[in-house]
Amino acid sequence: MKLIQKLSAVFAAAAMMLTLAGCGNSGTSSTTTNSDTSKTSTPASTADSAESSADESTTSTNANFRTVDQIKESGEVKIGVFSDKNPFGYVDNDGNYKGYDVYFAERIAKDLGVKLTLVPVEAAARAEFLETAKVDIILANFTVTPERAEKVDFAPAYMKVALGVVSPDSAVIKSVDDLKGKTLIVVKGTTAETYFSENAPDVKLQKYDEYNEAYSALQDGRGDAFSTDNTEVLAWAKSNPGFTVGIDSLGSTDAIAPAVTKGNATLLQWLTDEITALGEEQFFHKDYDETLAAVYGDDEAYKENLVVEGGKMD
Amino acid sequence: MQGISVLFTGNNFVRLLSGLWVTVRISLISIGFSLILGTLLGAVMTSRNRVVKAICRVYLEIVRIMPQLVWLFIVFFGITRLTGLNLSGELSAVIVFTIWGTAEMGDLVRGAFQAIPRHQFESSLSLGLTKPQMYFYIIFPQAVRNLLPNVINLATRMIKTTALVSIIGVTEVLKVGKQIIDANRFEFPDAAIWVYAAIFFMYFLICFPLSMISRAIVKKQQRSE
Repeated sequence: MKLIQKLSAVFAAAAMMLTLAGCGNSGTSSTTTNSDTSKTSTPASTADSAESSADESTTSTNANFRTVDQIKESGEVKIGVFSDKNPFGYVDNDGNYKGYDVYFAERIAKDLGVKLTLVPVEAAARAEFLETAKVDIILANFTVTPERAEKVDFAPAYMKVALGVVSPDSAVIKSVDDLKGKTLIVVKGTTAETYFSENAPDVKLQKYDEYNEAYSALQDGRGDAFSTDNTEVLAWAKSNPGFTVGIDSLGSTDAIAPAVTKGNATLLQWLTDEITALGEEQFFHKDYDETLAAVYGDDEAYKENLVVEGGKMD
Repeated sequence: MQGISVLFTGNNFVRLLSGLWVTVRISLISIGFSLILGTLLGAVMTSRNRVVKAICRVYLEIVRIMPQLVWLFIVFFGITRLTGLNLSGELSAVIVFTIWGTAEMGDLVRGAFQAIPRHQFESSLSLGLTKPQMYFYIIFPQAVRNLLPNVINLATRMIKTTALVSIIGVTEVLKVGKQIIDANRFEFPDAAIWVYAAIFFMYFLICFPLSMISRAIVKKQQRSE
């Protein structure tokens, strides 16, 4: 009992402090965010029926997300990206955001006709940023999984990732059959470890805790090949001469897609249309050339294994 | 060796410094609030009232048991969930570190007061000092002297713990470092050691003067005894 009382006191204290500082801070947007009555209040906006019905079907905890109209009205779209995941979302030496995700984010802002505000996010907090509507969209190499789909709404994919296998030029492994009786290096807890122990029992696995340990094992010849996400092995093989990615797409392909707050139907629809439209101009191929080619190489086959146009995964 | 060059490429060094400024700003504001609120809490904690004591104890234990990372999540995301209020990351960080610092500071103040022998109170009263005089001339100076080294220790701990705030989107010095390492990870795989060395040095520049002050105070105290 006392513990609960204390907890609420802590919250009360925190709430008190924030009201003190709140006046100086929020400024413009304070009118739209008003407690739990948000569903009914929507002041002065043209409460469109599609959105409010979608809102009712979900739990009311995901309040306060912004519809496409509200984003356009505010003149600013907030997109969450990684700030230290080169080449998807990172900050270059001049302090500017760069990468495959950022390139797409810039295009989204341009097509919405608003200013782009990038918010740096960490992998562990991505869903949370959407659930509390602190960003409108997450574009942070977000892999679609059933668990995540319960918390956020995913738009169609704009990239995909599968497993890849890298091996020395002298004995390139081109298929899983080549690996029979050989030693494959994997990192513990990765999808590669699961995939090979389930699907290829006659491949000997050599497991490491860290990526850099696994790579030095491969360089030292302690194993015949190394497997992990294809993006990772492609990048590594490019900067390490003498090694080739013999298998560049293996196992189940995971989709990487933009995510919006659950129930934000208008923005989800807008993104779906946007991705379809961008597919016609092969936008993500251009994105690859601008951001990923330097790291993964210009190989057309690799490109097709990573890029998804128009949300169509094969 | 070439990895060291990333520190001076582009705006990297300036960015590290501005990250350091974020770190310093969050910690100094939190430490300031913690000193004030913690002293008040400490005074309350010396109360003989059992209910008051229990409440303070529970507050202290909850703050100590829950990792600061969890607090950051509760304040930054939890408050938005509960009330719809959207706090900035930096403000959330200041709130969390103040909640934590206040609890720790309160306990230090309580300890410092209780460490003062009973006879100090009794003898000052028997010398005819009034209660305010007793506190002002006898008790406070001794308590403060016992307190200072611990407070400085707490302050350095708070400065270092602010590295956690990148989880709520605040880019402090360590996060800037990670960004720099990652931006150069293909061309300069050995940049990490140099960037971390630079960050180590920056933390050192802030925390070392504090340690010096603490040591000087302890020395002065020993001399005067």
